[in-house]
Amino acid sequence: MPDRTSPFLILQSIGKTFASGVTALENVNLTVNEGDFMSLLGPSGCGKSTALRIIAGLSSPTSGVVDWRGAPLQQNDIGFVFQEPTLLPWASVYDNVWVPLRLRGVSRKQAEPQIAEVLERVHLTGFEDAVPRELSGGMKMRVSIARGLVTRPRILLMDEPFAALDEITRFKLNNDILELWQERGFTVLFVTHSVFESVFLSNRITVMAAHPGRVFDQLPIDAPYPRDAAFRTSAQYAELCRNTSDTLSRAMGMETADAVH
Amino acid sequence: MPSIEVAQPIVIDADEARRIRRRKIERTGSWLLPLIIMVAAIALWDRICVWNGIPQYILPRPGVVLTTMIEDAGLLFSSLLVTLRITVLSLALAVIGGVGLSVLFTQSRFIEMSLFPFAIVLQVTPIVAIFPLINIYVDDQTTKLLLCAWIVAFFPILSNTTLGLNSVDRNLIDYFRLNGASRWQTLWHLRLPAAMPYFLGGLKIAGGLALIGAVVAEFVAGTAGQSSGLASRIIEAGYRLNAPRLFAALILISLTGIIIFLLLSWISHLALHRWHESALKQEQ
Repeated sequence: MPDRTSPFLILQSIGKTFASGVTALENVNLTVNEGDFMSLLGPSGCGKSTALRIIAGLSSPTSGVVDWRGAPLQQNDIGFVFQEPTLLPWASVYDNVWVPLRLRGVSRKQAEPQIAEVLERVHLTGFEDAVPRELSGGMKMRVSIARGLVTRPRILLMDEPFAALDEITRFKLNNDILELWQERGFTVLFVTHSVFESVFLSNRITVMAAHPGRVFDQLPIDAPYPRDAAFRTSAQYAELCRNTSDTLSRAMGMETADAVH
Repeated sequence: MPSIEVAQPIVIDADEARRIRRRKIERTGSWLLPLIIMVAAIALWDRICVWNGIPQYILPRPGVVLTTMIEDAGLLFSSLLVTLRITVLSLALAVIGGVGLSVLFTQSRFIEMSLFPFAIVLQVTPIVAIFPLINIYVDDQTTKLLLCAWIVAFFPILSNTTLGLNSVDRNLIDYFRLNGASRWQTLWHLRLPAAMPYFLGGLKIAGGLALIGAVVAEFVAGTAGQSSGLASRIIEAGYRLNAPRLFAALILISLTGIIIFLLLSWISHLALHRWHESALKQEQ
């Protein structure tokens, strides 16, 4: 289990301005430690998804540096989970999870132990041959998570992965992802606009403000893991949620104050 | 231990029962109604001939057409084979050309910008108008007909497949990029399968067009009297006022078109039924 104190990823004064002239990010400084479960929490338009895309290398920053602490990040090291399950609709669950390995030249047969293991971890054993349309929204998201984890990445980037799911399913997946995270010790950067979700999952929350997107505040969530259903109803959780919610309100209040000027 | 299943009677309310009954009637009606209408139309055709005493060389009775089809089977079916060969070959070439070109288009916007207008010009110019040129430049009869049918058939495949290749979920493209997929891997594992429903839609249209192209080409070329497909049988029968054979050839062409359409629909269903919305609806 990593100690969550050694820096793993440092964003140094990242800025992003689109060709349209919109400034999505301005001077974003952020340190993610090895083994962190960090949430990026903010209103829509605060550039949290843009930040994630820049970290993933899907988009380049206009200014600033993405510093992986000197270690050149291989493609294996990043797992990405989108808001939508983003699966190949024609491929079976097995073949969907195989995709990242297949693109790295691993044959279907060779990939078998890895795929079987990760499918078991997300409770999808027995569904190998189903195609996405035969699965529920929650199950599709599990496939997407399995696909993100099958390469054993050091960091998992998640872009509002559970936003489209119903609450019961979301709680279940919250528990599952925490379990996986504790077991495997990878680092998570989790984009969300849900205060409750971010408090339940993270050990640190970065609250962002919008127009332009920037880091507003960082909050440690000092509640011990494992966190379970009891934690969801505890006074501590309620208190942490209130704090976080206040900070988010202030982040959004600042935005309106700016607009008035 | 094998257990014996006891069929439990399912309790259904009146509304649900009505719905089931309705569905059953609709399913039977979907094939029974067209059949009844068809038989009635043929019977009416026959009656009209008899009542008005129409001579055979103007409008033959259906029975006569059927006897002609059986009597002239050797001639008609060998002609059908000629037309069918042109149709299938040109369709195959249209698939190769259409898919090949659309793949080329997605590799470079510039190639698409440069070439797509030519494809449209080729499509909008009536084939009958182009044919005299082909007739001058191409000697071989089969090549002539093939070229003609190909021009008509390839455009729907090209335009549909191009659309399909460009309609891939942006996030999936990003996902492939993130995983270091090469251009070839993205094409093979993502773009081509995603374009499949569009391609198959184009193929269904192209199948019918290839047959039309083959027949039209032969019509235009047939006046030179070198071909032996169904179209030349029709022209020949027309000259000789052999209306029964004309009808028989016409029916054969139309049956061929239907069979081609059904075959391609079936292929499309096989390829898509597990995952694509368009095929799911047909299943129910």
